[in-house]
Amino acid sequence: MRYLIFVIALLFGMPQAAFAAGGSNLDLDEANIDLADKVSLRNGAKLFVDYCLNCHSAELMRYSRIGQDLDMTDEELIAELLPANGKIGDTMEIVMQPKEAAQWFGTAPPDLSVLMRVRGEDWVYSYLRAFYRDESRPWGVNNSVFKDVAMPHALWELQGLQEAVVETHTDEDGHERETITGFKLVEPGSLSPEAYDNAVRDLVNFMAYVSEPSKMQRLALGKWVLGFLFIFLILVYMLKKEYWKDIR
Amino acid sequence: MSNRLSDRILSLRDWVDARFPLTKLWEDNLTKYYAPKNFNFWYYFGSLALLVLVIQVVTGIFLTMNYKPTAETAFASVEYIMRDVNWGWLIRYLHSTGASFFFIVIYLHMFRAMLYGSYRGPRELLWLIGMGLFVVLMAEAFMGYLLPWGQMSFWGAQVIISLFGAIPYIGEDLALWIRGDYVVADATLNRFFAFHVIAAPLVLIGLVVLHIVALRSVGSNNPDGIEIKKNKGPDGVPLDGIPFHPYHTVKDMVGVAVFLIIFAAVVFYAPEMGGYALEKDNFTPANPLKTPEHIAPVWYFTPFYAILRAVPDKFIGVLAMGAAIGVLFLLPWLDRSPVKSIRQRGMVFKTALTVFVVSFISLAYLGTVAATPVATLFSRIFSILYFAFFLLMPIYSRWDKTKPVPERVTFK
Repeated sequence: MRYLIFVIALLFGMPQAAFAAGGSNLDLDEANIDLADKVSLRNGAKLFVDYCLNCHSAELMRYSRIGQDLDMTDEELIAELLPANGKIGDTMEIVMQPKEAAQWFGTAPPDLSVLMRVRGEDWVYSYLRAFYRDESRPWGVNNSVFKDVAMPHALWELQGLQEAVVETHTDEDGHERETITGFKLVEPGSLSPEAYDNAVRDLVNFMAYVSEPSKMQRLALGKWVLGFLFIFLILVYMLKKEYWKDIR
Repeated sequence: MSNRLSDRILSLRDWVDARFPLTKLWEDNLTKYYAPKNFNFWYYFGSLALLVLVIQVVTGIFLTMNYKPTAETAFASVEYIMRDVNWGWLIRYLHSTGASFFFIVIYLHMFRAMLYGSYRGPRELLWLIGMGLFVVLMAEAFMGYLLPWGQMSFWGAQVIISLFGAIPYIGEDLALWIRGDYVVADATLNRFFAFHVIAAPLVLIGLVVLHIVALRSVGSNNPDGIEIKKNKGPDGVPLDGIPFHPYHTVKDMVGVAVFLIIFAAVVFYAPEMGGYALEKDNFTPANPLKTPEHIAPVWYFTPFYAILRAVPDKFIGVLAMGAAIGVLFLLPWLDRSPVKSIRQRGMVFKTALTVFVVSFISLAYLGTVAATPVATLFSRIFSILYFAFFLLMPIYSRWDKTKPVPERVTFK
């Protein structure tokens, strides 16, 4: 047994020490979302429908499911989220065809149904706050999280327009390099910077919900299943003790 | 009244027994199958493997009811199961987590055999059938991983199938024949679905039956590596054996409970297993025109994948990967020690086994990361150590100092 513990200690210590993995070098801001916050989710849903759902679809998500999970009545769904002539049971599709979109933007905007599970909440949260003015780009903006992204700054009305604060330094090979150290708001939007961050947080929260609508149900059920299994463990352990007491 | 009912049940049993060996099967496999009484922690994994197989078969049946195996519909149908099918998310996570846990259980089960020499005579065939199971399980998992039709499903399959192309002369045609198309495509998905849901499971279940039949015939090994059949009482029952049922069944229930707690914790709180069980990139639908920056197979294949990448030549790399699995088949004949169990072995074998375990886990890790020069160097070192463990075994296992084997089993 001592030997075993030694082996296990060796196993887990060694590979990690030898190859301290250097993940992404981007400094992402934490989104700090809360899937239980239904006010935030509803606000996020509204923003999603108003600002994202023209170019991006979420075609695996049904409006009716949103209504169920976010405690919205059918009337509220129709008033707040559904497109004109939309039906409650529809999925979140868009009119724009991927082929046309590819012509307009250079690439078709991806479907957002499970995007959050690819990119992660912090990435999307940082990305939506990292657009800055760059006249060399087709839409006049670039992004420090996703360099030369084809997407325009869809939320500019809310955020306004910011410029990158650039620091120039010389690297090891003697080349001058520019790094973005921060942003400066040059044209204010309809929201204050704090209010904009909160709006993006709500939007990211909603997108995280859309990526896995059953997550809250999953977390809630987990406690009961584990609780049952612990009681089951105690019972079978006692049963085993009883059977084995005369075995030696 | 109750007397008459139990009489009826007994007479029904006798009626069946006259026509089918029901009582005999029950006794031979459970109540009169005598297993050593000193089983420890490592002996839970056989019954747990059977449990995971049942979980996979049952959840698999329900997934098949809503999954649609075409390139057009596969990805969306999995998300349909996750969203619109009642309890679909639970069934899917049980199945995806079950796949990873199958390999955790099987790797520990195989390691048990290496610790206590369970592959040694008279259990060579038991080991070979088990190795056959391992290979079929790998095929089953590989084909199952294509079905969600995400980027990693697609490109993982693309990379692995293209390995067959490295075989001289017939390689390219063979790869084409496996795919049914020039790239992984709808035809590939359809045939993998057929193999995954019926062909491979049939073979798996058949081999499991053979594995258990062989085990019941030779009897279980134990942590002391003693043949308990050598010490029988006057009634012909091994002195160190106890009936499998109820003693080991009730003990295995404790193992099942602990296993299910860990399993449920993953299913409910971390079904992606940090991106190892459900890789992040697999939530992007398969796109044949867009190669992902970093293609890594699922974690349970990464030790062998790292060996493949460690070799500069593709064909020799494929051979090395095959040999890494093939050499396990030879284990009963590579081990020349006079004793079976690690309890009686000397420091040489213990060190060799430690080196093997460290190599295996390091290779598993290296198979998940990008092939940087440092990673490749370490992959080569650990690949050599991996093979050295097996190929030098005939020498060091004989040479090792051993302790005497006890007469009767011990408890530790």
